[in-house]
Amino acid sequence: MEERALEPEAMEPAATRRSFVNWLLGTSAGAFLVSVLYPVGRYLIPPKAGESAAASVTLPIKPADVKPNTGQIFKFGNRPGILVRTPAGELRAFSAVCTHLNCTVQYRADIGHIWCACHNGHFDLSGQNIAGPPPRPLESFVVNVRGTQIVVSKSA
Amino acid sequence: MGSPGPSRGRLWTWLDERIGLADFEKLARKKQVPVHRHGLWYYFGGMTLFLFIIQVMTGILLLFYYRPSAEEAYESIQFLMAEVEFGWLIRSIHSWAANLMIFALFVHLFSVLLLKAYRPPREVTWFSGMALFGIALGFGFTGYLLPWNELAYFATKVGTEITGAVPLVGGFLLRLLRGGDEVTGATLTRFYGIHVAVLPLLVTALLGLHLFLVQKHGMSVPPAVERRGAASRTMPFVPNFVLRDVVGWLSALAILAALAAFFPTELGKKADPFASAPVGIKPEWYFMFMFQTLKYLPAYILGIEGEIVGVVGFGLGGLFLLLIPFLDRRAVRGESSRLFTWIGIAIIVYMIALTYLGYTVSPTK
Repeated sequence: MEERALEPEAMEPAATRRSFVNWLLGTSAGAFLVSVLYPVGRYLIPPKAGESAAASVTLPIKPADVKPNTGQIFKFGNRPGILVRTPAGELRAFSAVCTHLNCTVQYRADIGHIWCACHNGHFDLSGQNIAGPPPRPLESFVVNVRGTQIVVSKSA
Repeated sequence: MGSPGPSRGRLWTWLDERIGLADFEKLARKKQVPVHRHGLWYYFGGMTLFLFIIQVMTGILLLFYYRPSAEEAYESIQFLMAEVEFGWLIRSIHSWAANLMIFALFVHLFSVLLLKAYRPPREVTWFSGMALFGIALGFGFTGYLLPWNELAYFATKVGTEITGAVPLVGGFLLRLLRGGDEVTGATLTRFYGIHVAVLPLLVTALLGLHLFLVQKHGMSVPPAVERRGAASRTMPFVPNFVLRDVVGWLSALAILAALAAFFPTELGKKADPFASAPVGIKPEWYFMFMFQTLKYLPAYILGIEGEIVGVVGFGLGGLFLLLIPFLDRRAVRGESSRLFTWIGIAIIVYMIALTYLGYTVSPTK
């Protein structure tokens, strides 16, 4: 106390040195934390899986096996799709991933349209969301029948 | 060293000189529990703790047979249930005790809420309790996926997709939780790590804090009892209250054993990413009120997607509950705060009503 009162200038360099050391310690601690947390953070984020490039898929189903007023799930890349034969006999295909919360939809013959069991979402036979919580229509695919093969492809 | 009885034995004296047993004894003898007509609710925190200990023990036993991969998880539990002696019992107790623990936790939470035990100086006790509640739900959610069956697969798909609806960071959280864009074996290993390592670590720290604070502040006396100036009768924690606790725990254990024996946990069908979601799919009962709410929300509310409104709504609801010690100013002053009592009752009624609907409304309608 007394010393400071007598020679304030003499204390000045010491204080600066102290604050410099504190600053050094603080930044080192900060840098240390960053150098630990950054790799851990990056580690926790999964690497991007290659998006399935397939724009079309040939189904392991024969057209004749798909009865009118039925639907079935098929693999489109790594996501499920749904193939429906309408009561009128037309084949249609959509993404089977519900636009609400990602569940896999199904065809319900009793009501004649596509339905999601998770939160009671309804889609008509052109994929439009017609009832329940889904906010958007199902993505629709193009269906081509080549002889005994069904080829489903992304529309344009 | 200050031991009251002259003949405590040489081992006791030896230990006391080294770790201070007398201090612990003094602490235990000092603790008193208030006696009044709401005293029953004091038992539910201890009940939750007891069921949690059962979870830790059965969980460790399950680890010896469980294999955390999409190819082996379902089969390893099939093996556990069918081949391992008492495997069905251990798994059933783990599953039933989880449900009873969440139930006891709900009772504990709402009794603390309605009896206004969050008043100063117990705010941090309330915060740590709410954090433990969140962790318990996390345990339930991550543990549900581990059998890798159809129900678990779609429940996880929906549950993680909901985190995707969180504004701004949703997409990032979704990938972080799933370990990719879809629910796959990568999600299973992540959930496994969270379930058996991350959450137990967090619980240990928070439970330690929670119990320390309960010890430090003692049991809260409800303001209504305090105002009435009822003669502040108390009972010693040791042995009177502890013995009552034990009666409760032994009853819970008997109920658990009966439930596990008569209603062993089912395994269901193995998860198939290329199958439709099964009819009647539902989450665990304690998520049911949220699940049912999401069913009722329309696709768009004021131009915002219904699910986002739901998720943000429940988030704000949770935040409100967390901050109640700061919001309920009347209770802070020791006055009666009927508004917050009614809010608490409204939350309970809402949860029970929506849960009831979730189980009774036809899933195909």
